Amino acid sequence: MVSSTNPSDLRREIDAAVESSPALAASRLRQFWKNQSDLSAAMFVCGRFEKLRGKLSLTPQRLFLLRSFTVEPIVPLLRAGAFCLGIDLSVQIGDFNAYSQEILDPDSSLYKFSPDAVVLAVRTADLAPDLWTQSSDLTGGELETAAQRVAATLQRCIHAFRERSSAALIVHNLEQPEISSSGVLDVQGTSSQGEAIRQVNRELSRLAHECRGVYMLDYDGLVARHGRERWMDERKFLTARLPVASENLLYLSQEWLRFLVPLSGRIAKAAVVDLDNTLWGGVIGEDGMNGIQLGPEYPGAAYQAFQRALLDLTRRGVLLAICSKNNPDDAMEVLEKHAGMLLRPKDFAAMRINWNDKAQNLREIAAELNIGIDTFAFIDDNPVECEHVRLALPEVMVIDLPQDPFAYARVIRNCPVFERLALSSEDAQRTALYVAQRERSKEQQQFQSKEDFYRYLEQEVEIAPLSAETLARIAQLTQKTNQFNLTTKRYTEQQISELSEAPGWRVLSTRVRDRYGDQGLVGVSITHDVGNVCEVDTFLLSCRVIGRAVETALLSAIASQAQQRGISRLSGYFLPSKKNAPAQDFYARHGFARAPHNGEGSLWTLDLLQQQISCPDWIRVTHKNGVKH
Amino acid sequence: MPSVLEQVRTIASDLFSLPASEIGDDATPETIANWDSIQHLNLALALEEKFSVQLSPEEIEQMRSVGQIARIIEGKLQATPN
Repeated sequence: MVSSTNPSDLRREIDAAVESSPALAASRLRQFWKNQSDLSAAMFVCGRFEKLRGKLSLTPQRLFLLRSFTVEPIVPLLRAGAFCLGIDLSVQIGDFNAYSQEILDPDSSLYKFSPDAVVLAVRTADLAPDLWTQSSDLTGGELETAAQRVAATLQRCIHAFRERSSAALIVHNLEQPEISSSGVLDVQGTSSQGEAIRQVNRELSRLAHECRGVYMLDYDGLVARHGRERWMDERKFLTARLPVASENLLYLSQEWLRFLVPLSGRIAKAAVVDLDNTLWGGVIGEDGMNGIQLGPEYPGAAYQAFQRALLDLTRRGVLLAICSKNNPDDAMEVLEKHAGMLLRPKDFAAMRINWNDKAQNLREIAAELNIGIDTFAFIDDNPVECEHVRLALPEVMVIDLPQDPFAYARVIRNCPVFERLALSSEDAQRTALYVAQRERSKEQQQFQSKEDFYRYLEQEVEIAPLSAETLARIAQLTQKTNQFNLTTKRYTEQQISELSEAPGWRVLSTRVRDRYGDQGLVGVSITHDVGNVCEVDTFLLSCRVIGRAVETALLSAIASQAQQRGISRLSGYFLPSKKNAPAQDFYARHGFARAPHNGEGSLWTLDLLQQQISCPDWIRVTHKNGVKH
Repeated sequence: MPSVLEQVRTIASDLFSLPASEIGDDATPETIANWDSIQHLNLALALEEKFSVQLSPEEIEQMRSVGQIARIIEGKLQATPN
């Protein structure tokens, strides 16, 4: 049954499900929000999710808005969108134009709120009134001086904020006016209003690149995308200080979400796509190789654009998988041979092309890739399949494709769950890693024992202290790893960097290579010496290397380094989460004793004077030296 | 299609977190507890989105009750038939 799209029926269904089935209610609320994304719907959606709080696994996130204009009506839209993506957002708003004081004063409400993320939203007209309204009075030199002054102001704000907080900072860049004050003259030289604003924005990009946890939001690009002429509502600005027209408030909230979603970790790790009428137009089983629509001309170009958008996702580390009801031979022929295909079999980490139930296929793909099914985005043109997945697997994010195939690519490019704020070298080649994993699994079946197979793998583990090159990946692993993670503590780059410099703290990473290639950086430990005890704060492994004794190699490195420092005891917590069962026997397996402890989770200790952690002889361990020992 | 008044009541019900049955056309900022200035702005924005109209500052000022709001919207919809 396809759920009714009649809003009042859907409202009734949601209200009934809020009591009986929270997961279904959440799924229906997402649908409701997609059909009607306005302020009144936002209030409804937020109200219902607030009732569901505690029954769903929502990620809390705290956002502080520093602003020079009215942003209050955007907040319900933002929170509704966030709820639908699994984020329970608490928002506090600073005073009008008080952003400098709030940033500079360490006792301000900004820092008291202890935000996870902060948006600095200041209009060109407020930050640079001379550039905005009087630019035609200024000489070339004066324009440049004005641009430098504005950039310096922003730089001071950013640096001061960075000194006082480890929260992520998202800075709006400056918008261009609808029509330049010098008309067409503005672009006939090198110094102009437009150029001065571009100069500030270039400087902001540079700052974002330089300062950890600082991101630039392309507000000028956002305004342009939706049309400068229609972006602003002058009357509402003059009466309510709200410069953004009502129809555009949603777009600004969505732009903020593109940053908040990756910061919260509620991202999609895999996009699972259908084939017929999704990757190409038509049905391969009926239309045949020459009949399907796919190529650079109308109408096949729409599907090529969609494939290009998916290919772009793989460059950010998103995995692709196929889940299609088809004859495998027909479908594989297109995937391997059709001249219009931009995606080939090597671009897919997993494939299920059969006539089985799609929910079952999705479960299998999740098991094969060893990632949580709640990190799947399911993309299908068929509303019946979408509905089936929604009901059978409410934790999967279902992306309905629009009627018009020429709008497919935009849906993917706009989707915040595919956004990433930093890339590690692992991200761009993630699919290749999974394809190699597929080969490994095939080979494993030919060996008598697991150990024989491990010997054959020629596994090499490199242990290294934190470095500038590994920082981004280490923070990413703490944010994304759910299964083999003893304490599931999430850290930003900024926090990891601060921890590693604090006395007694050590951050180690593990890189694994084997005969199939480099697995990349796949393990992290963070420890803290207290007296003669080394406390394990964080210990995690990427799901790619679970069950290969990499954890033993890392633990043994921690133990031997601790002994060298004269430490006599290791201790660590296991904090159970919904997903970290694969790590629950970690301490017991390595000879730790359970210690009496009243709080959350369990506490484990190992007496280093009595016991050692020995690493299996079939792993070669190398140590990369760092400053700390 | 529900009447303009009914649609206005649904919007008001969402914004003020009250059942639509408790919002009569005589409901005003004085009778609804959280109808403050921010909510008044939100209400104007929600109406603009819902009915694809633009409300002038004067019209927003005149939105003194749910019934009056419905009349303002009806007037605008008749002036610009879609």
